Amino acid sequence: MTTLIDAPPNEQDGLLPPKKSRSGGGLGAYIVVRFFLIFPTIFILVTLVFFLMRITGDPITAALGDRLPPEALAARIHEAGYDRPVIVQYFEYLGQIATGNFGRTISDNLLVTDMLASYGTATLELAINSLVVALLVGIPLGMVAARHRDKWPDAVLRFFAILCYATPVFFAGLLLKLVFSVALGWLPVAGRANSADEIALTSLVSPTGIYWLDAIRSGNMAALGDVMAHAVLPAVALGLLTGGVFLRLVRTNVIGTLSKDYVEAGRSRGVSEFRLVTKHAYKPALIPIITVMGLQIALLLGGAVLTETTFEWKGLGFQLAHYLTARDFVAVQGIVVLLAVIVALTNFIVDIVAALIDPRVRY
Amino acid sequence: MSRHAAQLGKASSVSNASNVLDVRDGPVLSIEHLRVTFATDSGDVKAVDDVSLTVAAGEVVAIVGESGSGKTVTAKTILGLLPETAISSGAVLISGNNVITVTPAHLRQIRGQEVAMVFQEASTALNPVFTVGWQIAEGLRAHAPHGKRVSRKEARARAIEALSKVGIPDPQKRVDYYPHQFSGGQKQRVVIAAALALNPGLIVADEPTTALDVTVQAEILELLRDCRDIFGTSIVLITHNMGVVADLADRVVVMYQGDVVEEAEVATLFATPQQEYTKKLLAAVPRLGRNSASAGLTERAHQEAEVLVEAKDLVIEYPGRLGSPGFRAVDRVNFTISAGEVSGMVGESGSGKTTIGRAIAGLNRTTGGSLRVLGYEMLNFKERTFRPLRKDIGFVFQDPAASFNPQLTIGECVAEPIVIHEQRSPAEVDKRVAELLEAVQLPRAYAERYPHELSGGQRQRASLARALALNPKLLIADEPTSALDVSVQAKVLELFKEIQAEFGFAALFISHDLAVVDILSQWVGVLYKGQLVEQGIGSQVMGSPTHDYTKRLIASLPVPDPAEQAKRREAHQALLRG
Amino acid sequence: MARKNQTLAQRLPILSHLRKSVGLQRGMLVTGLIITAIFLLTAALAPVIAPYGFAQHFDTQQPPSSAHLWGTTAGGYDVLSRVVWGTQTAVLVIVIAVVLSIFLGVALGLLSGYLGGWLDRVLVVIADAIYAFPTLLLAIVMSIAISHGRSDLWSGIFSAAISITVVFIPQYFRVIRAETIRLKAEPFVESAMVVGASSVRIMARHIYKNATRTLPLIFTLNASEAILTLAGLGFLGFGIEPTSAAEWGYDLNKALSDTTAGIWWTGVFPGAAIVLTVLGLTLVGESMNDLNDPRLRGRRRAGKSAPPAPIGPAGMGAVGTRGAGTSTVGISNTEDEVKV
Repeated sequence: MTTLIDAPPNEQDGLLPPKKSRSGGGLGAYIVVRFFLIFPTIFILVTLVFFLMRITGDPITAALGDRLPPEALAARIHEAGYDRPVIVQYFEYLGQIATGNFGRTISDNLLVTDMLASYGTATLELAINSLVVALLVGIPLGMVAARHRDKWPDAVLRFFAILCYATPVFFAGLLLKLVFSVALGWLPVAGRANSADEIALTSLVSPTGIYWLDAIRSGNMAALGDVMAHAVLPAVALGLLTGGVFLRLVRTNVIGTLSKDYVEAGRSRGVSEFRLVTKHAYKPALIPIITVMGLQIALLLGGAVLTETTFEWKGLGFQLAHYLTARDFVAVQGIVVLLAVIVALTNFIVDIVAALIDPRVRY
Repeated sequence: MSRHAAQLGKASSVSNASNVLDVRDGPVLSIEHLRVTFATDSGDVKAVDDVSLTVAAGEVVAIVGESGSGKTVTAKTILGLLPETAISSGAVLISGNNVITVTPAHLRQIRGQEVAMVFQEASTALNPVFTVGWQIAEGLRAHAPHGKRVSRKEARARAIEALSKVGIPDPQKRVDYYPHQFSGGQKQRVVIAAALALNPGLIVADEPTTALDVTVQAEILELLRDCRDIFGTSIVLITHNMGVVADLADRVVVMYQGDVVEEAEVATLFATPQQEYTKKLLAAVPRLGRNSASAGLTERAHQEAEVLVEAKDLVIEYPGRLGSPGFRAVDRVNFTISAGEVSGMVGESGSGKTTIGRAIAGLNRTTGGSLRVLGYEMLNFKERTFRPLRKDIGFVFQDPAASFNPQLTIGECVAEPIVIHEQRSPAEVDKRVAELLEAVQLPRAYAERYPHELSGGQRQRASLARALALNPKLLIADEPTSALDVSVQAKVLELFKEIQAEFGFAALFISHDLAVVDILSQWVGVLYKGQLVEQGIGSQVMGSPTHDYTKRLIASLPVPDPAEQAKRREAHQALLRG
Repeated sequence: MARKNQTLAQRLPILSHLRKSVGLQRGMLVTGLIITAIFLLTAALAPVIAPYGFAQHFDTQQPPSSAHLWGTTAGGYDVLSRVVWGTQTAVLVIVIAVVLSIFLGVALGLLSGYLGGWLDRVLVVIADAIYAFPTLLLAIVMSIAISHGRSDLWSGIFSAAISITVVFIPQYFRVIRAETIRLKAEPFVESAMVVGASSVRIMARHIYKNATRTLPLIFTLNASEAILTLAGLGFLGFGIEPTSAAEWGYDLNKALSDTTAGIWWTGVFPGAAIVLTVLGLTLVGESMNDLNDPRLRGRRRAGKSAPPAPIGPAGMGAVGTRGAGTSTVGISNTEDEVKV
């Protein structure tokens, strides 16, 4: 007989309200509470990053310790207020962040916010390009692997996926450069565009900073071609890494739903295997897939740091590596905190999207 | 004719008249020498061994058997739904085509159009992210003639028609609903609607009512009967429930370990079973009123004894989260259990019976009223103060497979209460475990085994042994036999009765099965939506119920006797109409 | 049915997995085990295998030759030697990182899942925040905190390992906590509660062993992630100084500028070493994952709703037990119920 469950609904995390409640209006409550959960997440990360960066000393000593005499160093430290108790600096920092003030970089005396604004779009462009590659690779191939589970297409695709994951993005970039730029000479080695195109695109009125978008908007087809050529290798290097993860994710979840009764029910009505995979099994699998894909934003951003360094793609990751070498920890902290905010926001959006496509939540 | 008949008739007269009149000669389904073998961890296993049977047009053939009998495998073979691990031989002929050998494309044509399937769990057989209308229309789209696409409008119209056939109210609106918006019984109706969508000549129903409460089961059985009566659809009914067989089947095939043991008309089989296995199976089916523990009782027993459990206006609520109201699982319930008394609680899913049992054992907190267990007020429950009392309470869980730690031997599990509450030497503990195992009729050597090495019935015996380890004053058994096959259930119930007589503990026996409760308990309470609607001496509650719900519950219970069941069905109809 | 016919000896991870595997999955597992074994052997025998020391200088950027089989780098190091010595660094970091995070993660996960309450909520929020954050960035921040980004051998290895630990703790925490919460509702744990077992006894005797069954799997997957993170740190110049130890990520960083000149040997070999090591560990982890999950296990074995074996003692676990397949510990999946 049916398992006689008089037990309470599954209370796993106890923080979020049920996505759907008996009384209705659950979705609204879910979104509101999920939204407010962004703040503790950001707060925790900011706190963590702040204290970790201060454990072993102040940023000025780190950046200039080797170069300045002790007295000058002490004066600089006092001037910047780093000789006060850490807890005082912490609350001051929180206040600054709340008002959008991330301080000035030590090495080149830029406003961190300006630096973030001017390099952020390059990272966004890279993220979008590689996300497109990842989705194009991951979703269809994941379905193929699930459909032919344990047969040779599955074996090949799984190996491919593991290989994608096992190859560090900078090594993939290095190999791609060796083959397509150096040996074959098809694609540029590094950068986002030729300097001429770069100047043309950045001098537009109100540029978006996303080069291909700017090229299309200004009707500059030559620049568009150039931008695309530059974009291919970084997007592929980073996209394959993420795409491999997506492939495994889609495969596992579609295999999971393929074994459900409702797929068997569809089969018992004569629905074709192709349609069973692409509709009956895929759509219910989509909810966990989207949720987990949201978590991969972190992987994508971490990978972007390495990709940008590999291809001299002048975005936040490239700058981060630059500031790390310069031991400019104010700038590093600014970039890390910004990325934390982005991750928290994207996860929020992804959770909401996943909730929205689930009819059990909507109705 | 039932209340759906009118709707069914109406719907069919609109568009399917030709199909209804369709004359089918010869059997709809004919299975010849079917053998199915599975590759498993422990080598190849024969699941079905030389099974032959036929189903005539408009006939309901029930395949009954216990777990491992091969009945579900046989059902799946009819639609060619066996997993790739299976190898089948023989023939399954549906309108002249052998399902085992046809091409995959041809098989797709047969599925849905010639034969359709109704699943055990409607909630899992419906895709949660598509509307029911879309799912019903999938069959139509799959069978659209070459080059033609079924228009959205047509698909919708036919889905609505299918829903109205199975008695879903307001189908124009509900066609756009998602499965979770339907109740359990309605979901099963939707599954049946999807099966009927293409007017197949044959429906294979695999345990179609097993996941449902009895009151809902009665409705679904009625619907299936209407399918046969009105459309002449043949039905292969897979079930373990003899009551369901008696209610619906024309002919019965009894299977055991992959073999057909006996085949007969339903009346003949129940009246004069030929084979030993069939006889035993029928005898093991619990029947209301037969073997009643309270037979001849006129007064509640054990009233002079100490009161062990007393509930006064007991309320148990599960808290809602952030803005959603709590759920009241138990609503102002009053009852007592005295020392030595066996008390039963019956109710359908969601009635609160399990919650009450768990609250007495301190697994759930109470939220209102009063519940005194061995003199301890559970409203002020603290694990630390309640722990000493735990040695006087035994608990037997529903699922024997899950209630033992897979990493420990049976002996270690049974010894656990002794080790916790009593200071005994390991040798003494071993001795006591051996005694306990013998008391529940398990060999001593089983102490060395791991839980997965025992069968379900054996595990439930061991579970009983663990519950009795400290000679408790009170035993709570939550659906202890519902995960077992009938023949095993009969033995476990027998054992339970003997042991209770021997040890003399009080017991609270929780079950959804009226007949099972009747066999064990002298005093019976009936729960409905958290309220105790009726309680009294078992035979009186079952024999002459006073509350409407109890009447309905008892009338819905199919009895394993075709002739009597036909009468009861009439009475049930009358009750619903009345 | 998934646990059928196992004796204690067969319950050891990897061995039991190898027994259960068939066909493709066995191929994956065996390949993974071989690669991993080679990796470990190389690390152990590095002094014997490596022709030179990792910090020995030679002429720069020499192509592969008999003296330098894989050539030399721009810094004048022998590529082969640095790749071989690099295995030692990788093993050390993996072991330290994974051992530390397992201890902390398991302890926190058990406590948090079993006790619940405010401790659980706080830990969950913190773990989720860290979990969602890019591994590499956190490792960078940790590395700054520990060594300010300049490292000799041991402080370098420890800062890399501890950075990675902080990243992994939330992962172990989440898995163990989820398992603990699931197990807490299992009848066998409730049986122990009803009997009056103390919380410590329940956690130690009933939950711990069952909750940690997936640890070998997470171990292998995290080991591979540890290598990738270590390499990423090295690539950004935040790993170990080249004179302190050989580290593949650092070598790849230095190789980057060689590519435009067509010098391939400085990058390809350390890169391939990373890929192979991660590949080996991931293959082991993936196949273990498949074998643990009845839904993903090779079909030749347990067909999804395979009927219970009707004959003989082999099917004992199933005969006479409706739904026996559902509640075997590990995966309780009602949809996979064995039908009657």
